[in-house]
Amino acid sequence: MLSRVAESIYWMSRQVERAENHARFLEVTLHMILDQPENMVDPWEPLVRVTGDNEWYEEHYATIDAHSVVTFLAFDLNYHSSMLTCLRAARENAKSVRESLSTEVFEELNDFYHFVNDSTAAQLTDPTAEFFDQVRKHALMWTGIIDSTMTHDLRWHFLNVGRLLERADKTSRILDVKYFNLLPRLEDVGTVVDELQWSELLAAISGFEAYRREHQVISVKKVIEFFLFHPEFPRSIRSCVAGADWSLRQIEKTSCTHTLRDAPKQVAALRHRLAHTSVKEVIAGGMHEFIDMIQVELNAASASLHQDYFNSPVNA
Amino acid sequence: MSFQSQSSAPISQSATVDAMGNPLPALSGYDSGNFFDELVSSDNVARVDASMLVHLINQMGVAELGRRQTAIERALYRMGITFTVYGDNQGTEKIMPFDVVPRIVSANLWQRIDAGLQQRIRALNRFLDDIYNERNIIRDGVIPADLIDSATAYLPQCKGLKPPNGVWCHITGTDLVRDNSGNVFVLEDNLRCPSGVSYVLQNRHVMKRNFPEVFGASRVRPVADYPARLYSMLKAVAPSGITDPMVALLTPGVFNSAYYEHSFLAQQMGIELVEGRDLTVENEKVYMRTTAGLQQVHVIYRRVDDTFIDPEVFNPDSLLGVAGLMKAYQAGNVTLANAPGTGVADDKVIYAFVPNMIKYYLGEEMILPNVSTYLCSRDEDREYVLNHLDELVVKAAAESGGYGILIGPHASEKERGEFADNIRKNPRNWIAQPTLQLSRVPTIVDGQMEGRHVDLRPYILCSSPDDVWVLPGGLTRVALRKGSLVVNSSQGGGSKDTWVAADDGQPTAST
Repeated sequence: MLSRVAESIYWMSRQVERAENHARFLEVTLHMILDQPENMVDPWEPLVRVTGDNEWYEEHYATIDAHSVVTFLAFDLNYHSSMLTCLRAARENAKSVRESLSTEVFEELNDFYHFVNDSTAAQLTDPTAEFFDQVRKHALMWTGIIDSTMTHDLRWHFLNVGRLLERADKTSRILDVKYFNLLPRLEDVGTVVDELQWSELLAAISGFEAYRREHQVISVKKVIEFFLFHPEFPRSIRSCVAGADWSLRQIEKTSCTHTLRDAPKQVAALRHRLAHTSVKEVIAGGMHEFIDMIQVELNAASASLHQDYFNSPVNA
Repeated sequence: MSFQSQSSAPISQSATVDAMGNPLPALSGYDSGNFFDELVSSDNVARVDASMLVHLINQMGVAELGRRQTAIERALYRMGITFTVYGDNQGTEKIMPFDVVPRIVSANLWQRIDAGLQQRIRALNRFLDDIYNERNIIRDGVIPADLIDSATAYLPQCKGLKPPNGVWCHITGTDLVRDNSGNVFVLEDNLRCPSGVSYVLQNRHVMKRNFPEVFGASRVRPVADYPARLYSMLKAVAPSGITDPMVALLTPGVFNSAYYEHSFLAQQMGIELVEGRDLTVENEKVYMRTTAGLQQVHVIYRRVDDTFIDPEVFNPDSLLGVAGLMKAYQAGNVTLANAPGTGVADDKVIYAFVPNMIKYYLGEEMILPNVSTYLCSRDEDREYVLNHLDELVVKAAAESGGYGILIGPHASEKERGEFADNIRKNPRNWIAQPTLQLSRVPTIVDGQMEGRHVDLRPYILCSSPDDVWVLPGGLTRVALRKGSLVVNSSQGGGSKDTWVAADDGQPTAST
């Protein structure tokens, strides 16, 4: 397939996944503040930190409150990763490779974008968890349409790599920030509030029920293990990286060169590491450090994709 | 949703119901004026092959038609066939205006249009092959050499080219009009990169979904096989010896106004949509850059204008083309459709000679007449034109898309003065034609049926002199402004589905 098309598909997929994750963060937070006694924990500040763009935020916003953070994460067209910016960019990318997508995939993304764009004014005045739930449903619908209307060929594999690298990154960020935010308040451990917070954390990755089915009781270690290492849950970091690894190997099969390229090597190494690390080791070495390492390696793999497939100097 | 409907006022109920509140027939009180109406005669009787449609329109009523029009507009919006409103950063988007009342062409009339267009394309391809090679038509005194050599779109770089099967113009979109008496004329041959066929296919798609009962009852010829026909044609003109060619569509990119069409056609044909930067030329062969290395391309359906396709030969600043493409083409390693240089034959001065070409190359009388044309380079024609500017339509010879046009009867004194100056300055660049009272079709305007002027652009595919195919249908463009004769979408035009009635034994859209 054309290098340009592969690149656009990869980014389109990442952008929609990013938009979906921002909707998840906001939905869970809007839901959580309803159950939380006032002045317990500021739920909004971690959402800014989750993006890694706190500096940009401080330059553009005076305070951290519900209105500012919803604006920032969902609708700010000046912010390069807001939900609306991502969807707009994803749709532009989709337009530029429309011939490579199924009609249904394009039309759902088009609907999705219009739905969010047209809801902007109302949600800025009165943001609701219901709206962000709808956004998540659009994203799930889009994902389902992709998987069931497109041939799982090269195009699909680049799409899959995009969504899984982005998802792994976002899962790691939400765990990182919440962990940082939740742990210092040791007096809350074992209380109702604590249980609620960890449950919401799981809900943000649609993992609450899956977790309960396996562990019934909330335990910090088990939750961390679920986020990082669950071998089968589709939003755990390990299973995202495993999926990306698999797609990259399918992509490599079509290659005419015999040496393995950088991105597949890096992702395979990360997969191996995730499969052979225990929660105990993570906590002993510092969870933030571990998550940081994951994010650095995911970024390196993404950079290698450009080198390997999108801009490579190729010969006939 | 910020969905934009084209109707500026709500569908009015009052004018369309009787005293008992029952809907009146949609065409009751319809006034075709002093124009030729495509659907009904002056006393509102359905024309040949249109009675089923007129019956259904009357039964349905204007309000119901309007409701379905809104549904169709919403579908087009959902399909993303939109353009962004210029200067609007809220992301407001609009669809191309669409009118729900189809334009119908009788089986009998279509037979003549089909034969006439085939004849015309054969002659035009012979002409192009001739003037870039032997130039017999000039030697035999049919067309003066200076008119050809002075045409802006004549490309000396194409001299001596011999495209496969002698075909230069593979895809044509000829503009036809009908006058006050219903006579069909060829208004323009568009031989470069004619656009609009995606609207033909999508208009039909949404009409079938919203008017299933009409298609069930009418005998409308299908248009859906256009992409398959286009693909076979492109395959058939591959360089000799290539049995399984790689075909690609070359687009200027996502900011081009016809980009939607490029991606739609590529998707429907299942071929790669490439931009100039995706291609590279090595050893006079064209390759595309893929994730698995370079892959050779044999046929390029190019939607980039002639002078932008190769910066080494034409416009050196072009970023849209591919350096070395013309060398690969001259070496016979790639076929370009259409061939570069075809624009000379749709120059509006050369257009005037098409009837002579048909006689010269084919020994036939033309089936579809030209609109009579005054060439301002001829002294007596120019004098006539300058003295009758208030009656004539004046056109720049090398322009298209509704640009460089003066519609004399609708123009101001000042505009006519400016055109007169331009004509005197550069007579070769101007032609004039009588102002035709274009035919009309009933159109929903503010909840009422009103006549609006239309033209028709059928599409013709040609892989060899023996294989010319005319899509049974075409793009009916409608001037939505009252009284306007300008149908171009850049100037307030919309479109309609075009129904060619099937003869006995011909397949229909409902089968």
